[in-house]
Amino acid sequence: MTITEDPSTTTPEAPAKEVGSARLRKEDARLITGKTTWTDNMVLPGMLYMSVMRSPVAHATISNLDVSAAKDRPNVVAVYTGADFADEQGSIPCAWPVTPDMVNPGHPSIAVDSVNHVGEAVAIVIARSRTAAVDAVEAIDVDYEPLPVVLDMEEAVKDGSALVHDHTESNTSYHFVFDAGEAGTGTDTDAAFDGAEVVVSRRFVQQRLIPAFMEPRSVVVGVQGDNFTLWSATQIPHILRVMAALTTGIPEHKLRVIAPDVGGGFGGKLQVNPEEILALLVARRLGKPIKWTETRSESLMTAHHGRDQIQFIDIASDAAGHVKGLRVRLLADMGAYLRLITPGVPALGAFMFPGIYKFPAYRFECDGVFTNKVPTDAYRGAGRPEATFAIERIMDELAVELSMDPMELRRKNWINAEEFPFTTVAGLSYDSGDYEQATQAALELLGYDELRAEQKQRRDSNDPVQLGIGISTFTEMCGLAPSRVLGSLAFGAGGWEQASIRMLPTGKVEVITGSTPHGQGHETAWSQIAADQLGVPFEDIEVLHGDTAISSRGLDTYGSRSLVVGGTAVVKAAEKVVAKARKIAAHLLEASEDDLEFSGGKFSVKGTPGAGLGIQEIALAIFAAHDYPEGIEPSIDAEAAFDPTNFSFPHGTHLCAMEVDTETGFVKIRKYACVDDIGNIVNPIIVEGQVHGGLAQGISQALYEEAIYDADGNLTTGTFVDYLVPSAMDLPHFDTGNTTHAATDNPLGAKGVGEAGCIASTPAVVNAALDAVRHLGVSDIRMPLTPERVWRAIHEGGDGGDRVAAGSNAYGGAATTESGYEEAK
Amino acid sequence: MTQINVRVDGGSYSDDVEPRTLLVHYLREQLGKVGTVVGCDTSNCGACTVHLDGESVKSCTVLAVQADGSEVTTIEGIADGATLHPMQKAFHEQHGLQCGYCTPGMIMASIDLVKNNPNPTEHEIREGIEGNLCRCTGYQNIVKAVQQAAGEMSSTGTHAVETTGAQA
Repeated sequence: MTITEDPSTTTPEAPAKEVGSARLRKEDARLITGKTTWTDNMVLPGMLYMSVMRSPVAHATISNLDVSAAKDRPNVVAVYTGADFADEQGSIPCAWPVTPDMVNPGHPSIAVDSVNHVGEAVAIVIARSRTAAVDAVEAIDVDYEPLPVVLDMEEAVKDGSALVHDHTESNTSYHFVFDAGEAGTGTDTDAAFDGAEVVVSRRFVQQRLIPAFMEPRSVVVGVQGDNFTLWSATQIPHILRVMAALTTGIPEHKLRVIAPDVGGGFGGKLQVNPEEILALLVARRLGKPIKWTETRSESLMTAHHGRDQIQFIDIASDAAGHVKGLRVRLLADMGAYLRLITPGVPALGAFMFPGIYKFPAYRFECDGVFTNKVPTDAYRGAGRPEATFAIERIMDELAVELSMDPMELRRKNWINAEEFPFTTVAGLSYDSGDYEQATQAALELLGYDELRAEQKQRRDSNDPVQLGIGISTFTEMCGLAPSRVLGSLAFGAGGWEQASIRMLPTGKVEVITGSTPHGQGHETAWSQIAADQLGVPFEDIEVLHGDTAISSRGLDTYGSRSLVVGGTAVVKAAEKVVAKARKIAAHLLEASEDDLEFSGGKFSVKGTPGAGLGIQEIALAIFAAHDYPEGIEPSIDAEAAFDPTNFSFPHGTHLCAMEVDTETGFVKIRKYACVDDIGNIVNPIIVEGQVHGGLAQGISQALYEEAIYDADGNLTTGTFVDYLVPSAMDLPHFDTGNTTHAATDNPLGAKGVGEAGCIASTPAVVNAALDAVRHLGVSDIRMPLTPERVWRAIHEGGDGGDRVAAGSNAYGGAATTESGYEEAK
Repeated sequence: MTQINVRVDGGSYSDDVEPRTLLVHYLREQLGKVGTVVGCDTSNCGACTVHLDGESVKSCTVLAVQADGSEVTTIEGIADGATLHPMQKAFHEQHGLQCGYCTPGMIMASIDLVKNNPNPTEHEIREGIEGNLCRCTGYQNIVKAVQQAAGEMSSTGTHAVETTGAQA
């Protein structure tokens, strides 16, 4: 289902030949035949294997560490401890000091004298085979002197709490505030609440999640004299190169980073990993190639986690349901250390809590809190799913308080189509959209009226299986990011992207992008863009990426930025190619440049169709360079960097119909329908796939996934037996659709789609479950909605999460449904 | 070390292996059949699925020595030269993959599913691939791919080829 707006809102110059067509993916050819280049496939002559001994305790000093027996094991080349690298390992970098006084305790790649989370590296074995290295780890002898384990954020921030890092004054890394009143983008928040007729306060828990990309992380380091090549299963070869160079002291120009085929990331491979640094340090020391590939258990335990916030949300409105103010206070679990953008994830969400609604007043506060757990960092959506969950959940709670239909409440407060571009209370300028149109389409797709009728019938007949409908009318902030905005937020890099185009003598084209894919289909989509821009066949284009020696500049893939920023860079580079080719064409056609028109890959003189010169022919002509104008270079290759001037703001309406068995607590999605507006679509097949995948992860947060630590800080969900990545049986069929309002700040009109499904779906699912059992006195159910939690919420009250909270989870025995802003202090 | 003789994707191999070597590690590290991948260490994800004497197995739960005297087919052995297996073609045409890491196992498991149930319903497909995890697609397009391939495989008699394991 697609609803397209008046064509006047789309980009006029887009010829829409390839762009917009449902091209099958180029990259599939190697993926479906096993001809892949995963990092772990790589074998180099004389390569050695690294295995990591990891801490089994969450917080301790290392009182004894004896590696002598391991060194004597067969085929072991070296065994190293933190002491061996203490002077050269530096700290895993954190690129986002969100406040000037943020406390960063430093993050060694390998523990030197203490460990701060289960899974932290304590020693590494280098051996001639994978198995020899793993076997030798068993022979290492370590004694730990236990220290108090800090797990519960609400306890950790209290005065007198045990400390994760004894050289810090508290467990609070930073206190980040955005106040719309102070920023001049809104009115005073306290005043809005003081005068409000209705105030609703809730405490929501964003459980800890694990990105769980399918390809485990893997690193290979090759040594060529004093040059190093680092292959890694990473989303960010360019950022990794800079950071690894700064961390290890290997000069940047002596380090090449390659991300070959990468099997998913979802933010989980947006990192500078300790093992990447260790592999480089060992390769430098031994002068030998090194490989490290993690096991799944290592991955779940030590690759960064996501989410993990406690959210205190207050909303104020008048009695008619016009919202007056929003107040957000977060505790955000950093884990034991700050990794690449650990502190910035909640800050990314700071500006999105107001969602699509016209709040006059808004205040956001966040404490980043250290605990003895693996660090958190980006996971699909990174800050925005948390924000969307909070606002879409609290809107439902407000609707209940006002006895108002939840959609009516949303309509009353959302930004109307004619109000775009709209500057929000958080100071963002939303580019385009029509929330009513997407909502109407979604309601039809779901069959809303019929399901509401069935809900009433089930309610009236006291059916043990109740039906609920959940709403999420969301927007998100994509296309990261305008460099100046990132600078104003103290982020350590810009947000531009780079592309270059090489016109080869045979007319074939290489498009080089700085945005590195790991499943998104860049090779196909970028080919479509370049094909239209240059007028060359789709098949004549090869897209190169993920190698710093080929793609010299780039800022990689995250934040739904690739198409919006990186795709635009391709457009800009192609425009330069055409402009350069135009001069050659004019020369060879003996015409004035002004008299030439360029269409379908061919320059021709206006008014004389038929005669002309193809851009692919010009590529050969300029390769020979026997005849070209004076004063220009013999090349039509070009490169371009694009720095966006604004974010883009996809939006949509997601609706979930949920059956809840009140006798067993089992929940089942009856139907899921969503209509997303992601601007202009380059490839509808890829778009639909991205939406599906996002939905799977967002729904899974609501229903299945949670990283749980026991009271000693052991991860009890450390395998795929325990951490529930949903199977095909666990997920429903998705009914998806689109409306189209072009983004206004890039020539493609694209808004980004990688995270939409994940950001939007979680609150729709939880709202649906609550809608089914609200009449039974249930006002919240802790995620994930396991049958036990649902049953307990229905039959025992609370949010059903108490057993886990008191017994094993990180959140202690804190009350779950009362509280609110004041109590959180 | 134990000697094994095994046919993989139509080729014959004779190798000494440590008795503890898993089939997937033998395929990847000794034969260079890196199309088959490892996704977990608990036999949950199915990324390493291959066919052993025509039956789908997770090659991380089979010791290499258990494959002695057997015929193994991996993702690298199901296409007929340049002609894709209908399941490979269907995954491509229905966009049943994104990052592609689960894909070799997913395709091998799906071929076995269709062999045992030539005309599966959506529910039967979802149940049949439950042992194979995909983090990218949400499975909807995988289901469509299996449906498409099932149709093509019954009309072309591809099942017979699969059951004999006679890939070239």
